[in-house]
Amino acid sequence: MTLSVAMTVNGKAVSGKVEARTLLVQFLRENLGMTGTHVGCDTSQCGACVVDVDGKSVKSCTMLAVQAEGTKVTTIEGLAPSADKLHPMQEAFRDNHALQCGFCTPGMVMSAIDMVKRNNYQLDEATVRRELEGNLCRCTGYHNIVKAILAAAPAMKSAGV
Amino acid sequence: MTAGTGIGARVLRREDKRFLTGTGRYVDDLPLARATYAYFLRSPHAHAKIKSIDTAKAKAMPGVVEIFTGKDTADAKMGGLICGWVVKDKNGEPHKAPAHPVMALDTVRYVGDTVAMIVANSIDEAKDAAEAIKVDYEVKPANVDLAHALDKGAPQVHPEAPGNLIYDWEIGVKADVDAAFAKAAHVTKLDVVNNRLIPNAMEPRAAAAEYDKGTGNYTLWSTSQNPHVLRLILSAFVLGIPEHKLRVVAPDVGGGFGSKIFCYNEETMVCWAASRVGRPIKWTAERSESFMTDAHGRDHVTHAELAMDKDGKFLALKVETIANMGAYLSTFSTAVPTYLYATLLAGQYTTPLIYANVKAAVTHTAPVDAYRGAGRPEATFVIESIVSKAAVEMKMDTAELRRKNFIPKEAFPYQTPVALQYDSGNYPPIIDEAIKISGYKDFESRRAEAKSRGKLRGIGFSSYIEACGLAPSNVVGSLGAGVGQWESAQIKFNPTGNVQVMTGAHSHGQGHETTFAQLIHDRLGVPMDQIEIVHGDTSTTPFGMGTYGSRSLAVGGSAIMKATDKIIAKGKKVAAHLMEADVADVEFENGSFKVAGTDKSVPLGQVVFAAYVPHNYPLAEVEPGMDENAFYDPANFVYPSGTQICEVEIDPDTGKVEVIAHTAVDDFGNIINPMIVEGQVHGGIVQGVGQALFENAVYDKGTGQLISGSYMDYTMPRADNFPSFKLGYKTTPCPHNPLGVKGCGEAGAIAAPAAVMNAVRDALAPLGIKHVEMPATPLNIWQTIQGAHGVAAE
Repeated sequence: MTLSVAMTVNGKAVSGKVEARTLLVQFLRENLGMTGTHVGCDTSQCGACVVDVDGKSVKSCTMLAVQAEGTKVTTIEGLAPSADKLHPMQEAFRDNHALQCGFCTPGMVMSAIDMVKRNNYQLDEATVRRELEGNLCRCTGYHNIVKAILAAAPAMKSAGV
Repeated sequence: MTAGTGIGARVLRREDKRFLTGTGRYVDDLPLARATYAYFLRSPHAHAKIKSIDTAKAKAMPGVVEIFTGKDTADAKMGGLICGWVVKDKNGEPHKAPAHPVMALDTVRYVGDTVAMIVANSIDEAKDAAEAIKVDYEVKPANVDLAHALDKGAPQVHPEAPGNLIYDWEIGVKADVDAAFAKAAHVTKLDVVNNRLIPNAMEPRAAAAEYDKGTGNYTLWSTSQNPHVLRLILSAFVLGIPEHKLRVVAPDVGGGFGSKIFCYNEETMVCWAASRVGRPIKWTAERSESFMTDAHGRDHVTHAELAMDKDGKFLALKVETIANMGAYLSTFSTAVPTYLYATLLAGQYTTPLIYANVKAAVTHTAPVDAYRGAGRPEATFVIESIVSKAAVEMKMDTAELRRKNFIPKEAFPYQTPVALQYDSGNYPPIIDEAIKISGYKDFESRRAEAKSRGKLRGIGFSSYIEACGLAPSNVVGSLGAGVGQWESAQIKFNPTGNVQVMTGAHSHGQGHETTFAQLIHDRLGVPMDQIEIVHGDTSTTPFGMGTYGSRSLAVGGSAIMKATDKIIAKGKKVAAHLMEADVADVEFENGSFKVAGTDKSVPLGQVVFAAYVPHNYPLAEVEPGMDENAFYDPANFVYPSGTQICEVEIDPDTGKVEVIAHTAVDDFGNIINPMIVEGQVHGGIVQGVGQALFENAVYDKGTGQLISGSYMDYTMPRADNFPSFKLGYKTTPCPHNPLGVKGCGEAGAIAAPAAVMNAVRDALAPLGIKHVEMPATPLNIWQTIQGAHGVAAE
């Protein structure tokens, strides 16, 4: 059965035909060609697919596209304010070498932004490590990801994002 | 540390922006017009005879384009997958080489073996059709218990490998070692299992292929660490597509750790089927398929004995290992437990006599091959476990026993009794630095403090040696390697002065686009933003061996340096002409050619332009253009070394092990980008600690089902399992490559398991516990503690 779905992704109104079983991540990657959001597992463990739906951090492999009907979705592609300026979290990841192969990175960055906001821009190392429970990285050993998130929290606050 | 952007500088990575903005291009991201999607029906049984496969109903389902089975591959006379390293057993016979069909023919040999390939208009339609395929299996007993895989009566995996034995291999002279043991004052014995791991690169394996009917050319996009080698194998052994008609592209690849070196069934089928389907085909593994079918790592059962004199000086080492090959011999599987394992058993020590016997066994499990460190972590685990155990038995300080047996600085180059000749190293300052950083000397006060809180605290050492950057082609060839081990580079200036550098190495997280650009910038003075590093495409890069075994910088970087020499040599001739000087008087520095002793100079960019627009140019002596390539074959392996110290605390009520601190001090030779090197060490440590504390690939011994087949069951290391790490460096430059560099990619994973387990054993020692196997999960530790009273009473 084909269904129609419409939502706002990174500020743009989008729509498409999907099956009832189509996942949000499939809709983003295949219907919209937005391949920045990745699929790293099939059990909602790895977090490579994290996006923001109406201000909530969501694993887009665990949400049907039709469930996102009418929502505002932000993906990794929608974070940077302009072509030559990055979001403070993206900046902090680069400055702290918090990525290697880049595959988990979109989900890490999306989760990290959500973490900073939920914790009111105040984080310590133990909190960051605990809250990264839902994101797997095989390259960095998490060391520099933790550093980057700790560095990004005050940067996000002063940038007002 | 150097400021700026040259060698030694912490240059931020040039590749990061695309990964941070969602614009990386991994195989699954490729937009291919009219693409079809492949799904593989896999064996649910570890061992079964296929009596029949009925695809009729599935073929008629919506969206299904084609279904292929083993019969189709046999009809097409498709070759089998190969093992590219011939290991000769102790009688001089080449190893047993059972057939490795791309699709199962009449027998399946592990859970996940490929039975049918369904190609459909969408992946969901392909999966629906897979459910409609009827396979009639006759289930047979499975051989999955490595310790008993070679026993008489164990289920046979292949008719070509009687008794499941692939080879019975040895190194060293057993009689000499036995004689040394007879004179020993003390012998320490160790039985140890090196647990099986699943690599788990975060990007699952993927392949996409397209066939151009007009030209007869195939393009295969693959998550490969070595696209040229993949093309060579597919062309020469499996598909018969000539190399020049097959382009293999490995675009952005999301981690490899060894698992993406090998030539796999699925990419072979995707490539082959593209011409039969007449449309592009895409396939991406689901994580559960990665668990089942990515080549696994480690999986040894070992007995080792160390003979010492009364002062703790090592006299001889004896090691017996059974190594699991899995159901089929993967691309480099045979070399891992032999030339990458037993040759490392000297470690950092002067042990004069070593004998190792390795028996490789086939089992009804996924193929096993190189995984981060490949053989060297297994060797380090044996050595560093037995040395720590020896220190306890000899009542000596664990660091002191190591120091007493270290190869002294003056002894380099040092010939070990197990074939390798270490080129350089200086081990005592490394362990001293690690002791300093870790606060080892105050450890007992921390142990006492922990005890007051009811916790068991322990500290463990691991001093590793690694042989990486494989290595003279003629040497590896004499040991059975089917390929050379050089690397290539091409430096192609464009007329406007910017430069493309093509490398045969491949980056899948290592940051070559930054590190290699630093080499060019440092040596040729070209600004970083005018340098492009190109890798991963057989049609644009020279043939190269790819990236594995910590070889990219030591071998690939050396090839780049060699190519820069050629650019400078040619540039000097052109510059001499432009400056009307003798070429012997021309020098190159800071991006300009200068006439010695004068103020005449001409920048490289101007020389390049003159070479492409040769109006005022010595055409009679020098060809136009500025485009040089080089092939670098190393004179020896490189030998990074280091010491890790791990401190753990165990809660005896729950069995939970917490890593409190982890220190790593390494000698990687000269360092090009310290930021990237630190990242490699961090990641390696976590993989090593993961093996020690969390990760374990478990097959049910009765059915051969993979029990740990998802992230719900296989414990991946997570951020809250670790403290921040403490790193240090000591440097002895490599004497035989132009950069003086050694490899850094695997060190963390090589040293960490023994450091952690020695710490765990140290923590449990007060309970009388002498040995704990990996992984030291809460269940394992709790059960060990519960049994300890009995042990203590013995």
